[in-house]
Amino acid sequence: MTKPANELTIVEAAAALRAKELTVRELWEECALAAHAKNPELNAYLEIFAADEAAIEAAQKRIDAGEAPQLCGIPLAIKDNILIEGKIASAASKMLENYTATYDSTVIKKLKEAGALFLGRTNMDEFAMGSSTENSAYGPSKNPHDTSRVPGGSSGGSAVAVAAHMAIAGFGSDTGGSIRQPAAHTGLVGLKPTYGAVSRSGLIAMGSSLDQIGPFGKTVEDAQILFEATRGKDALDATSVAADFYKTKEAGEKMRIGVPRHFLKEGIDADLLAAFNATLAKLEAAGHTLVDIELPTSGYALPVYYVIMPAEVSTNLARLDGIRYGLAKRGETLLADYVESRTAGFGPETRRRILLGTFVLSSGYIDAYYRKADRARLTLTAEYDAAFEKCEVIAFPTTPSPAFKFGEKTGDPVSMYLEDVFTVTANLTGMPALSVPMGSVERESKQLPVGIQFTAPKGGEERLFTIGAEVTA
Amino acid sequence: MATKEDVLKLAALARISVSDAELEKFTEEFDSILAYVGKLEELKLDTSGGAVVPPVRNAFREDGEPDAPGMHTEKLAAAFPQREGDSLSVKQIITHD
Repeated sequence: MTKPANELTIVEAAAALRAKELTVRELWEECALAAHAKNPELNAYLEIFAADEAAIEAAQKRIDAGEAPQLCGIPLAIKDNILIEGKIASAASKMLENYTATYDSTVIKKLKEAGALFLGRTNMDEFAMGSSTENSAYGPSKNPHDTSRVPGGSSGGSAVAVAAHMAIAGFGSDTGGSIRQPAAHTGLVGLKPTYGAVSRSGLIAMGSSLDQIGPFGKTVEDAQILFEATRGKDALDATSVAADFYKTKEAGEKMRIGVPRHFLKEGIDADLLAAFNATLAKLEAAGHTLVDIELPTSGYALPVYYVIMPAEVSTNLARLDGIRYGLAKRGETLLADYVESRTAGFGPETRRRILLGTFVLSSGYIDAYYRKADRARLTLTAEYDAAFEKCEVIAFPTTPSPAFKFGEKTGDPVSMYLEDVFTVTANLTGMPALSVPMGSVERESKQLPVGIQFTAPKGGEERLFTIGAEVTA
Repeated sequence: MATKEDVLKLAALARISVSDAELEKFTEEFDSILAYVGKLEELKLDTSGGAVVPPVRNAFREDGEPDAPGMHTEKLAAAFPQREGDSLSVKQIITHD
């Protein structure tokens, strides 16, 4: 082997395991060693798990017997809001610091069946709210490409773990860009699957009409392997659908790529836009066609998102009241028990969004905000549907700028929210979107990765993998 | 314009408390977020199409295959903050006063 085991991709590691160049235990130990060595600086993991000897042994046996899926024996990093039975799942909040998962999420169940191993639970913005991991109750994760910068968020810990080779691949959740934006900032491939493609059973809910679990990989192929291992209808998630539910046709080798130029005129870093244009030119040279498309309501997607999402957050987090599990403060009255537990348990951004959600759902404002946003969501979806008559995929930069510095946006919530300007629409429309690296831009003599994002109609993940592989080829 | 009273009222509805020190900052931030989200007001939407029916709706399953009684009880009860044996306690909410 030409590189250390922890730096391998899933495909490479699976091949090495089968060629007997590597054992499952050696792969685990190399990854765990790197995780322990780098975590004090990068804070990717909130907890690094001890080796599960039985699982390692079982994975080795399956590989030796020649009947193991590719993920067998592969160590993964798991976001702290995805339940693994018997492990703490805190969503990086003080509220759930002592909460031990009583069951496996469906994604974890499927990964266990495939023989995958879990290196640890990764840092995130509290309850997945944020774009930098600065909202974690346990300190931010650092971008391995420049440790003075954020890795993006909310799934920043998983992104750092994979980018810094502290795991072979990982999982996050994406409500408004929380997989794609950190993937772009750390040079990884990140997928937000079609709404319903992957079961959310056992995911700590944030915005239930938006949330999806999805993979981080070092390559498009790795992300595809993880997606295919976890997708499918699940009786425990009524919104989940079977793989063939949406009859989206596979695109041919050559695609029409829609580019909404009207939406890319301002607010984008010049170097990043140059990288985006160069990537499109490369795809055009490879035989794909660029098509100008109009998505007139796109400029309103972020305000729409910041109505829908807090409404769902305030509703979902109402269940956390200090009575049945989690942080339990006790006051004079039952109401004081609730208020004191929730006030001590939730960080500032979580409380801010709960207040905002309470506001947009209150009787005087629900029509002007929530119902209007809900209608705008349909308009956005209709515009995307119309655009997909003219193209197979739509391209955006994943983020408007490369990774920013710690503290740069914490004083102004709206500037932090703008990080997600290109990613939220895929959550609002339920369409799948993939971020793949498109090179890097230089800042203070450091190379910072940037990402290009492709969106497809629902069920069109295949198209994303095809075009994504071409970008990174 | 959001006032401090508005924020306090929302906090009460959401069952969280906002300290005096935070109130000013929260009110200010709330205002800037609302100003941004308020862009929605200028959006003119065509609602002539009526309601759109989502492709997945009313997804129910048949009752059946219950888990064995008590299978999950201990794991769930173990997370309960106030517990003595099988007794799980919360504060008294009805008094005789």
